[in-house]
Amino acid sequence: MRKACLNSIYKQAKKNNKIIFIGSDLGPGVLDDFKTDFPDRFFMEGVSEQFIIGMSAGLAFDGFLPYVNTISTFLTRRCLEQIIVDLCMHNLPVKLIGNGGGLVYAPLGPTHQAVDDIALMRSIPNMSIISPCDAHEMEALIEKSVNWPHPLYVRIAKGGDKIISDKIQTFEIGKSITYKESNKAVILSTGIMTQKALEIITDLSNEDIDVGLTHLHTVTPLDYKKIDELIKNVEHIFTLEEHFIVNGFGTSILEYCNNNFQEYTNKIYRFALPFDFPDQYGNQETLINHMGLNNEKIKKEIKQKIGKA
Amino acid sequence: MNIDYPNDALKIELDEKSKSLRKLCVETLESGKRAHLGSAMSILEILSVSYYEFLNISPKNFTDLYRDRFILSKGHGCLALYVILADLGFFDKSHLKKFCHPDSILGGHPEYKKINGVEASTGALGHGLPIGIGMAISSKINKINNNILVLLGDGEQNEGSIWESALSASKHQLDNLVVLIDYNKIQSYGFVKEVLNLEPLSNKWESFGFNVLEINGHDKKQIIDALNSTKNRNKKPNAIICHTIKGKGFKFAENNPNWHHKSNLSEEEINLLYEAIR
Repeated sequence: MRKACLNSIYKQAKKNNKIIFIGSDLGPGVLDDFKTDFPDRFFMEGVSEQFIIGMSAGLAFDGFLPYVNTISTFLTRRCLEQIIVDLCMHNLPVKLIGNGGGLVYAPLGPTHQAVDDIALMRSIPNMSIISPCDAHEMEALIEKSVNWPHPLYVRIAKGGDKIISDKIQTFEIGKSITYKESNKAVILSTGIMTQKALEIITDLSNEDIDVGLTHLHTVTPLDYKKIDELIKNVEHIFTLEEHFIVNGFGTSILEYCNNNFQEYTNKIYRFALPFDFPDQYGNQETLINHMGLNNEKIKKEIKQKIGKA
Repeated sequence: MNIDYPNDALKIELDEKSKSLRKLCVETLESGKRAHLGSAMSILEILSVSYYEFLNISPKNFTDLYRDRFILSKGHGCLALYVILADLGFFDKSHLKKFCHPDSILGGHPEYKKINGVEASTGALGHGLPIGIGMAISSKINKINNNILVLLGDGEQNEGSIWESALSASKHQLDNLVVLIDYNKIQSYGFVKEVLNLEPLSNKWESFGFNVLEINGHDKKQIIDALNSTKNRNKKPNAIICHTIKGKGFKFAENNPNWHHKSNLSEEEINLLYEAIR
């Protein structure tokens, strides 16, 4: 997904000479083609993330479209004030490309595990957040990001090479994608958790249990129209995300519904990571399972909630 | 190279323009009953020379890509910026009478888009220089030979982002960048040399690859000469260390850490300020 994202930025940069790439201290050879073709628009600035955010703001003030790329936690945690003051207070069209959203960096420990990034970014006015489910969707959304006029945080997750979005024709920032409809129960998921959700609803379908799936690649702003429709018409809503249970994707849906459809709020149940620093290494999949988001457990809880246990 | 600037050298007599701008500052401060007075008085001559004699910025071109830029990274010194922008006609002087009022465009730190001529919202320290470097790089890409000035406080140089920026400015040979340093030797808690000593400051900026000048930050001739010297583009960014007096122009506030910031100013204190500049 990361490669697709960076290649897509390069592809857009060929068409738009305002696009600038700024990395911190990425791996050798990253976007060499970009560097060769557009040397005055390619920057590798070293381990100086706070500076890089300000620099990108300065470029955006003058009409450039910077894409800033480094590990998610170094952007969202270390540079929080720079993102708030330099980018969001000025509402500048800078794109933050965060590597390792969720538990991608499981073996590297909690300093690198971005399980609070959505919480941090969604707390800032003017910031938008996208969390694509696979490389295909990532490429399409990067194309859309070029004209997005606000700060944007792009959550890159690994999640294998599985592609589930190849049959989808239209991608718009802020617009959800429904993979399966149901009036009984629907999973709302974001990021690569939609891959997991697809497996879960397929398994349940094989047991004659009807559960729908709507994928929200855009966490902020939410697709309010779709949520309005679902909260009114579906009996059970489940949210699924690879993020702390506090202040993330599910919380944002719960808050929205609590503000607007208080009578339906008890329809919502959230699947997310427990609010604690991860205590194991391994890989993304093993750590996700260890932290409670394994398919069997989720299926069991869904069945209990909808009375099919 | 360190030049010793005893206070005596900085006790330069202020000219009529400097005095009239100070009067405007006191009138502004009177309406808000608060301000970082000391922090604004040390930079008034630096801003005055920059805006009246050096920068290509005006109420007519303040959104033009080709204009020069001035970023007040030490946003708490905004009183000085406000009176100069008002005096130059970026906004009506009547706004000064509403400083910090609920519906004012002028707050305790300057905000972008609320105030014509303010290039970026500042207030949190260590942000203006990275932004200025982005603008300086932008000018290089666009092949625009303009001047990007960023004014830092001395305490502000405690921030790590300043030194991250210094590394990058040098790497990119940003000779269109001028870092002005208000070296008044006092930060919020007390004297810089006691809170977190910056010395040898000149050597630090030199070692980061900057052309460094040290001047009397209240001497207009020295300020304009230093600014003009940065037009000799030599592929190195510029740092001008301006030795100044915190609270300059108000004897009781000069070099007095208690006047870094004052709130709830009494009528008596405001009268004292008026008397000091008569």
